[in-house]
Amino acid sequence: MNILAKIFNASNGVHPPEHKLESTNTPIQKVAVPERLVLPLRQHIGNMPKVLVKAGDSVLKGQLLAEANGTVSAAVHAPTSGTVVAIDEQVIPHPSGLPDMCITLKPDGLERWVAHDAVDYHSMDRAELLRRLRQSGIVGLGGATFPTHLKLSPKGAHPVVTLVLNGAECEPFITCDDLLMRERADEIILGAQIIQSLLGTVECFIGIEDNKPEAAAAMREACTRAGFVAKVGIVPTLYPSGDARQLIRLLTGKEVPAHGRSTDIGIQCFNVATAQSVYRFFAHGETAVSRIVTITGNVARPGNYEALLGTSVDDLLKAAGGDLPNTDGYIMGGPMMGFTLPSSAVPMTKAMNCVIASTPGLFPPPAMEMPCIRCAACADVCPVSLQPQDLYWYSKSNNLEKALEYNLLDCIECGCCTYVCPSHIPLVQYYRYAKSESIAQERAQTAADQARVRNDNRLARIEREKQERAQRNALRTAKTDTGNDADKQAAIQAAMERAKAQKEGVTPQNTENLSPAVQAEIAGIDALRGDVPSPAQTTET
Amino acid sequence: MLTAILVMVGLGLALGIALGYSSLKFKVEGDPLVEKIDAILPQTQCGQCGYPGCRPYATAIANGEADINQCPPGGEPGIKLLADLLGVEPKPLNAEHGEPKPKSVAFIDEQTCIGCTLCIQACPVDAILGAAKQMHTIIAAECTGCELCLAPCPVDCITMVPLAEDIGNWKWRYPVFEIKSEIKAEARA
Repeated sequence: MNILAKIFNASNGVHPPEHKLESTNTPIQKVAVPERLVLPLRQHIGNMPKVLVKAGDSVLKGQLLAEANGTVSAAVHAPTSGTVVAIDEQVIPHPSGLPDMCITLKPDGLERWVAHDAVDYHSMDRAELLRRLRQSGIVGLGGATFPTHLKLSPKGAHPVVTLVLNGAECEPFITCDDLLMRERADEIILGAQIIQSLLGTVECFIGIEDNKPEAAAAMREACTRAGFVAKVGIVPTLYPSGDARQLIRLLTGKEVPAHGRSTDIGIQCFNVATAQSVYRFFAHGETAVSRIVTITGNVARPGNYEALLGTSVDDLLKAAGGDLPNTDGYIMGGPMMGFTLPSSAVPMTKAMNCVIASTPGLFPPPAMEMPCIRCAACADVCPVSLQPQDLYWYSKSNNLEKALEYNLLDCIECGCCTYVCPSHIPLVQYYRYAKSESIAQERAQTAADQARVRNDNRLARIEREKQERAQRNALRTAKTDTGNDADKQAAIQAAMERAKAQKEGVTPQNTENLSPAVQAEIAGIDALRGDVPSPAQTTET
Repeated sequence: MLTAILVMVGLGLALGIALGYSSLKFKVEGDPLVEKIDAILPQTQCGQCGYPGCRPYATAIANGEADINQCPPGGEPGIKLLADLLGVEPKPLNAEHGEPKPKSVAFIDEQTCIGCTLCIQACPVDAILGAAKQMHTIIAAECTGCELCLAPCPVDCITMVPLAEDIGNWKWRYPVFEIKSEIKAEARA
């Protein structure tokens, strides 16, 4: 059952060429198990998980390789059965191109599953379900990769009453959620039901852009089949309406406050692929071992591919027929928010929703940056109503304090401003720079505050010890001074008595219980020793 | 005449009592300027400024005994902030007190350490863990990189390791337009 939701006022945004049709002609295809899987430990936002295996271990598909460590963390599982060949640093898909810790797995090709059962989520305790979900390795698959179990246990003051399923997929080129909704809508809806029972929400919105009519139809039918009450909202195709805050505003008319979370207004948002993973985990016990990724751009067979996590981009491109001539790089994510991969050898992670083989024709090199002409085109398109020009001036001149005053941290880095700027100013790059710089400064400040506290504590401790020592000394001198001669004599006498008693109490040697033979041997050694002066005697001389 | 004198004396007494009372009642504990200066200083506690820590240096600046350019870990940005706070002109770092260095943390070579505890006593932030005749180690997250543990070590087993860039602390770079590549592109065209 479903109701068509009313769409509230559209926010600002841009509408770049969609390029979605290239990859939606074929159904989702499975990529064969590759010869090597590389699993970065940090595929999520938060702490590095704790590794539980060592090189040489043989593991089964779905086996826990690294467990969540700390509050914000997610587990890593073996995507297939095989042998762990290395745990070391390798280049991961990250804009920095820096290496990070990875587990390398050599698959045995047998795909043997570890024992895994469905979780009876109807009768089990909620805390236990969340505990299991914590070790499932499921994170938000829309790109932010925030651990899902945390989103299911919001700690806000407001009860969460509304669930928003995000199937908008607004970035050009990406179609993995579209195909997932077309082909596996039932699993998504069942996942949404589980999420709803875990969160205790009473209503559900599903947001889908109007360029995906097949997906919307499939989702409506799935709702009807499952008897799930949800309002399917067809939002206009406008980047970045797939951003959680934009989608919430479009579907519910409510705005998430600045510096706040959507749970502050009683709403929680999940990507459709995350809902499907939740269903696979609870209904089949399957942990996060694979995902669907769009391979598009300058490749022979653009489409959507279901691959094991850790499959290299090279293997994904091979599955898509290889890249065509003139390819000059690979972009992970969409053209608006994505980044160029450091190499095509990097593995696919939970965050990788799309790889675009780029050509100079698809993405021409950036034109020369010209001075800002104050046309305010950037302010017109900014979906979060910031003042991009002011932020640009302050970021460019390193005036971070002022940039923060203009709510720099509310920037969602969607890149609309850069897209429309007639002077080709890389505005979002300036904001990214300023944001990461101010976050680093804040971290340094926290470290400095901690050092100050530690230094203060140390000085206080030294002062306290000094006083205690002075007190002890004073006490000792006071004791010796007050006593008269008789007391002193008595004390000396008592000490002598004690020493005498101790001397008598000591058993000279613990050799009583030995056999006669050993006793004789000891006696012999003692006799020999009689000739040699004892250490005490030597020091005396 | 007498009335006027009485009025003035009365006024003087009344205001004097009011001022005296408020100076006792609203007394400011400590020097707020020292706190503000201390908040800007990097809290490395290295003593390169010539004072035994950041707070003593802050006190000296507040008293006008020390200059604002004696803190190498704070560097130019620190001097600029201090100049803004105190309303004076920023000046270049005084080279007598050292050069700014990239942030490092101390590292103890555990093969060489003899467990003498001298470095533990030198550490201003208690970032070294160990006991007499037991191996010592640095708590890297707490180390400010002050280098005060280097000198007392009798076996020179402590080295400073610069913090490498990794995924956790990586920052987006300032956008730079490569002019070179443009010229090449034009030449090709």
